Amino acid sequence: MTALLETTKLTKYFGDTHAVDKVDFTIREGEVLALIGSNGAGKTSLVNLCSGLFTADSGTIVFRGQDITKQTVQNRIASGIARSFQVVNLFDDLTVLDNLALAIFSREGMTRRLFTLADRQHHVWAEARDILQQFGLSPKSEQRAGGIAQGERKLLDVAVAYALKPQLLFLDEPTSGVSTREKAPIMDVITSIVRSNKITAVVIEHDMDIIFRYSDRIVVMHQGVVLASGSPEEIRNNESVKDAVFGPTHA
Amino acid sequence: MTTLALRPAITRSPLLILFWAVPIAAALAAMPWVFDPYRTIQLAYGLIFAIAGLGFNLLLGYTGLLSFGHSAYFGVGAYAVAFMVKYLHVQSMELFLLGTIVASLLVTSLFGYVCVRYTRIFFSILALALSQVLWSLAFKFFWVTGGTDGLRVPTPKLLGVATPDSEDKIHFLSHGYYYYVLVVFLLCVALMWVIVHSPFGKALQAIRDNETRARFVGIRIQRYRFIAFLVSGVFTGIAGALWVPLNGLTTPDILYWPFSGEIVFMTVLGGFRNFTGPIVGAVAYNYLKDFAVGFTVYWQSVMGVVLVVLVLVLPTGIVGTAKVLAAAARKRFGR
Repeated sequence: MTALLETTKLTKYFGDTHAVDKVDFTIREGEVLALIGSNGAGKTSLVNLCSGLFTADSGTIVFRGQDITKQTVQNRIASGIARSFQVVNLFDDLTVLDNLALAIFSREGMTRRLFTLADRQHHVWAEARDILQQFGLSPKSEQRAGGIAQGERKLLDVAVAYALKPQLLFLDEPTSGVSTREKAPIMDVITSIVRSNKITAVVIEHDMDIIFRYSDRIVVMHQGVVLASGSPEEIRNNESVKDAVFGPTHA
Repeated sequence: MTTLALRPAITRSPLLILFWAVPIAAALAAMPWVFDPYRTIQLAYGLIFAIAGLGFNLLLGYTGLLSFGHSAYFGVGAYAVAFMVKYLHVQSMELFLLGTIVASLLVTSLFGYVCVRYTRIFFSILALALSQVLWSLAFKFFWVTGGTDGLRVPTPKLLGVATPDSEDKIHFLSHGYYYYVLVVFLLCVALMWVIVHSPFGKALQAIRDNETRARFVGIRIQRYRFIAFLVSGVFTGIAGALWVPLNGLTTPDILYWPFSGEIVFMTVLGGFRNFTGPIVGAVAYNYLKDFAVGFTVYWQSVMGVVLVVLVLVLPTGIVGTAKVLAAAARKRFGR
């Protein structure tokens, strides 16, 4: 598999805290990559750097052969990078359907239009409904995004990112805050959609059962650096990972 | 706030809109024949303030930016007309409007460039501060602006037609000019309705709801806020241009910050989470103020009490409350 995104000595410090410390990191095309590590390991910071929420102190990010280190969020999205958030970020006062339609309007460059009625753009609403159906959210389409259940909000957050038609999708803890019972169904939906659409996905997750079940490869971070990388089986048997990430219970 | 989402994805059908809009427009057109001239002129003021309210609410209700400086753009419209009269001897109302649009674009571009970089209280205070700069210029440069004496604006030509000498000014204002204001008002309402229901309008609501997510669907926040600011300023400027011939005079008072507060008051009175809220609020405010001024010399106290009651009892404004009551009635009677 070829590299889709590569970072070289990517660095981000917050004062004395080395959130991401000279990280060399590769995402291969078509894989579902899990990014794990204890709290404060630098996972979300790394994703924030790659998606454009943070600017890097030094180092480079190359996506599909192009240096995107200094690109704006909007340009990265146009290049094919999208993300969901650990704390769900939705347009809460708009409907579930509107949330998706907005992503599609933006992707199509239509949000610049002041004198076109949004409701008349039937292809946008049809696509939005189609995506809702894929994510199992059709029954909620006319409800306010702020009024649906947490698991549904998590799915909608991912669906909004998916509506941007990305090649690389960062999923920051897509099952955090939902009940254990809901986690597997949510991941089933997400992984089925990304795999069937050949989208490369990077999943940050704390639930190891979810990680081992759904990922092709795992990258382990610890204190701002990459500690290990390998298949789920290799990571499961890696002693240094056990010590650093799984803690004393695995000692 | 949770139940007050602006109308979601599928807006009302055009037929339903016409069902409401046509009778209301017809009723407004009939007013000069129903009301006495004074009441008709009062209504013209209300419609003019409604245009300003619509512009203001594009920022507050749809973009989430509370401006305490909209007196500036209203004043720009009023002074643009007064300057065109004084220095260019223009009499045409159409040229007044054209000149106002150009002047509003220039001023809002400058102010917007500074303001949209900030949000919340910083935006509000910056907008207020900039409006006060214009007020002080109008106040101090009296040889240009007339200072506190202001600048007089005579009866304009409407569509190139001068008012006959035989027609008294009150009749002109309550008939010909009222209809002119009504037509501009209806055009502004239609235009703003299209804007807020456009993909651009949706993007503004997205920015209002969640700036981070808006960025991460690819919306350029500052650019969209800037465009909203321009549109808002131009609408408010047009209101100022229509207001000054009706008032006959413009003074620095119209640029002073309490007038910005009045625009906020009107919008909150009608309900800023509804498209029609600023319209209803502006007309109601105008009559309310007129009533309070006639009722007591302490009319500001009356308005203050109304504002307090409004915030405590009707936080969703007149239109928001009417909608809630209508929904409750529909539920009760099973429709």
